Amino acid sequence: MGEAIAFYTLAALILGFAVLVVSAKSTVHSVLFLVLTFLFVAALYVTLQAEFLAVIQVLVYAGGIVVLYLFVVMLVNLKRQPETHADPHRRSRLGLALSGLVLAELAAIAMYGSASSPAASGAASAPEVTAMGGNVEQVGWLLYTDYLIPFELASMLLLVAMIGAIVLAKREL
Amino acid sequence: MTEITPTHYMLLSAALFMIGVIGVMVRRNIIIILMSIELILNAVNINLVAYAAEQQNVVGQVFALFVVAVAAAEAAVGLGIILAFYRNKETVNIDEMNLMRW
Repeated sequence: MGEAIAFYTLAALILGFAVLVVSAKSTVHSVLFLVLTFLFVAALYVTLQAEFLAVIQVLVYAGGIVVLYLFVVMLVNLKRQPETHADPHRRSRLGLALSGLVLAELAAIAMYGSASSPAASGAASAPEVTAMGGNVEQVGWLLYTDYLIPFELASMLLLVAMIGAIVLAKREL
Repeated sequence: MTEITPTHYMLLSAALFMIGVIGVMVRRNIIIILMSIELILNAVNINLVAYAAEQQNVVGQVFALFVVAVAAAEAAVGLGIILAFYRNKETVNIDEMNLMRW
């Protein structure tokens, strides 16, 4: 019962703030609603026993990425909002219709997928991993054994992204 | 109603995904479009973590970590592009971003 209350509360908060992110007039308000969305998603991760990911969500998303967005909003300094001089031919109706279509598709997948979901096939390493300590130990164990090469690739990706962002944002080379 | 199954998390994730897609399609401010992409990536992460919890297996959380890393890289490069573009054209409206069209 408590799990259900937590889930429905967090789901309502996440979806409500996500709608505000998309619909807010001011870009700064949009960024602040985005922080709240990320924080409630982190709370949802805690209810799913993913404590490490919740901490990463707060640190990386709410701490890092959102600050980046705020800096860009501040640097861009919009004198005129893009939405105020919208041209009459823009196809937001079409966008809504296409989104509805994708929603119908997702709903169909959810219906058919959950009807014929296979029994949880215990992954090979599940017992040995759950035998060791908490969530952080388990994730760290997997990251440094089975997923070592993807982990190193992610670090390379971040390095390339960092250099790329510096090069792009520099005034002249 | 009281028992939370993975389908509940999948529906929450689908709804968050759809809000992100609507943001990408309807808004004209490219910064808000990038934020909508972050919402979409969060929807994916909710799915991964929900199934990781259901299967008593942390592999899904490891993949969600990689999604977070890719999201960070995407935000850095995307915002760098926005800054470079804004310096040249003084706009963040995607309707006016047609430098590379045709």
